[in-house]
Amino acid sequence: MQPQTMFDKIWNSHIVSDEVGKPTILYIDLHLVHEVTSPQAFEGLRLAGRKVRRPDLTVATVDHNVPTTDRSLPIIDQISKKQIETLDMNAKEFGITYFDMFSSGQGIVHVIGPEQGYTQPGKTIVCGDSHTATHGAFGAFALGIGTSEVEHVLATQCLVQQKPKNMEIRVNGSLPFGVTAKDLILAIIGQIGVGGGVGHVIEYTGEAIRSLSMAGRMTVCNMSIEAGARAGMIAPDETTFEYLRDKPQVPQGESFDAAVEKWKSLASDPGAKFDKVVEIDASKLTPFVSWGTNPGMVTSVSGIVPDPETFNNDSEKAAARRALEYMGLQPNTPIKEITLDKVFIGSCTNSRIEDLRSVASIVKDKKVNANVNAIIVPGSFTVKLKAEQEGLDDIFKNAGFEWREAGCSMCLGMNPDILQPGERSASTSNRNFEGRQGPGGRTHLVSPEMAAAAAIAGHFVDVREWK
Amino acid sequence: MEPLIKITGIVAALDRENVDTDQIIPAIHLKRIERTGFGQFLFSQPGWRFLPDGNPNPEFELNQKHYQGATVLVAGKNFGSGSSREHAPWALLDYGFKVILAPSFADIFFNNCFQNGMLPIVLPENEIKKLMEKAQSKLEGYELTVDLENLQLTDTDGFSVSFVTDMFRRDCLMQGLDDIGITLQNENKISEYEETLS
Repeated sequence: MQPQTMFDKIWNSHIVSDEVGKPTILYIDLHLVHEVTSPQAFEGLRLAGRKVRRPDLTVATVDHNVPTTDRSLPIIDQISKKQIETLDMNAKEFGITYFDMFSSGQGIVHVIGPEQGYTQPGKTIVCGDSHTATHGAFGAFALGIGTSEVEHVLATQCLVQQKPKNMEIRVNGSLPFGVTAKDLILAIIGQIGVGGGVGHVIEYTGEAIRSLSMAGRMTVCNMSIEAGARAGMIAPDETTFEYLRDKPQVPQGESFDAAVEKWKSLASDPGAKFDKVVEIDASKLTPFVSWGTNPGMVTSVSGIVPDPETFNNDSEKAAARRALEYMGLQPNTPIKEITLDKVFIGSCTNSRIEDLRSVASIVKDKKVNANVNAIIVPGSFTVKLKAEQEGLDDIFKNAGFEWREAGCSMCLGMNPDILQPGERSASTSNRNFEGRQGPGGRTHLVSPEMAAAAAIAGHFVDVREWK
Repeated sequence: MEPLIKITGIVAALDRENVDTDQIIPAIHLKRIERTGFGQFLFSQPGWRFLPDGNPNPEFELNQKHYQGATVLVAGKNFGSGSSREHAPWALLDYGFKVILAPSFADIFFNNCFQNGMLPIVLPENEIKKLMEKAQSKLEGYELTVDLENLQLTDTDGFSVSFVTDMFRRDCLMQGLDDIGITLQNENKISEYEETLS
């Protein structure tokens, strides 16, 4: 048999039907559901008199809309409230597992999937959210889908797909001190561009990837979509198995050992063919900061805001000019001179306990700059509890950070956590699109360490020199 | 779903690359629980379609007089990048667009269009450029015919270019079929697959 990539293996083992001239019907092992992209799907089922085919493979939570402030108070935004209540009702009516706003399992869907152990190697995983790519960190094929496809998966437990191509991003060497998984993925997107992965599933390989914790791997896979990729994935190894051991939904004891043996066979075969290969030297990387309005517009913290006139062609020049105008930045400004109004630490990219520990190590016994409003939003209730057990919340609060309840929060500005027009943020989230964090808001994407240091200094600083 | 076979309509040009779904429809407007009514929020980020007072921004492409009533949108590469929100095609459809032409699309957006009876067409950059110039310069409104049956774009000035699309998707669009019904015809295969599990 021809050597296969990990993606090929997972794809092939999930084919329900593969007729000539038709797209493949693929079986889905896990369907994650949230309040924003599901109401129309459930309504579609109801209108057609259909049921959820596999409620046992469907898990729902509320994350996008929920307030991150005191949840014993009523939700002020009536439309948000209605969307949350609609999922409450749909979960009950269709009999699916549901972590509601007050549940100890609630959190960002891409944080709770892994921490509950629903996310496992070899699975096909979908969610009506583009950052579903996160789960690929476990060696799963995980992809974002639209609401019609959500309805399709609810009704059939299958997805109709054209097979994407294989792409390998090999990250050689090791990341230098102060350079994180977030910097790595920002560097990758900067190199291949926001359309660089379109039509492909990216497998991240190489020494630097192997050295990452599961949290770091999730950060990398999470932002695969920002390079346009259908999914991102990393072969499971001892780091993966150690993470999964004892997670509530993972088989235990002998069944766990048997599962591990199976998971080990998922890795790409030696000699497996990728349609595209990109190599990156991790040892050359630095902390990165985005300067523009898409995640490919990034530069080193020691760099300057680029001059649009130096770009290759007219459309890139125009896009850079528009981005700088929106961002309120002058060409050639040193990144370290950019001052900030807000700092947001959170999102499905960087809100896990490891991220919060890194932040705590930077801000311990320091104070948030007087001109900065800084909030920390844990990825899940579980993360929040763990952080509080470790005393991280005291470190944050003593430093002047707001310590919030779990949710998507200021990553996409659907709840009251938003930037005001013209406000500038350092954010650990994944998108710096115009208005992403609130109309007129200006977002700079960075690692949790860089965001933490910027909150204290009031402007960007090179975290490698932090004392 | 309304079948789409052949349409002739006005073309609007949006000469921008990487137009992301947060621009097509900002997250703040994703809270409706229906599929309809999103057109009013299309491109509603500050500086795009509307002025701060809510009136149309005269500078914005789609507000040009000769683009009014457009059903065909021609845009730059990587159109629809970012979020999986199907509210993006819903907003474009509700506004009136049925066909979108671009040199490339983001994958999820591309799939989402087909699910709603909209046709995204990938064309080489030079053809996109020609169409943009025609749409921009013809001030009485530039009309294009999109023939899905024969996979051909034509206008009355002699422009003609063929395009490719997935034939299964083409058939679904032409018949107005939705995927769920088609997949459920494979009920036996799904059940057989499920028996191999566990």
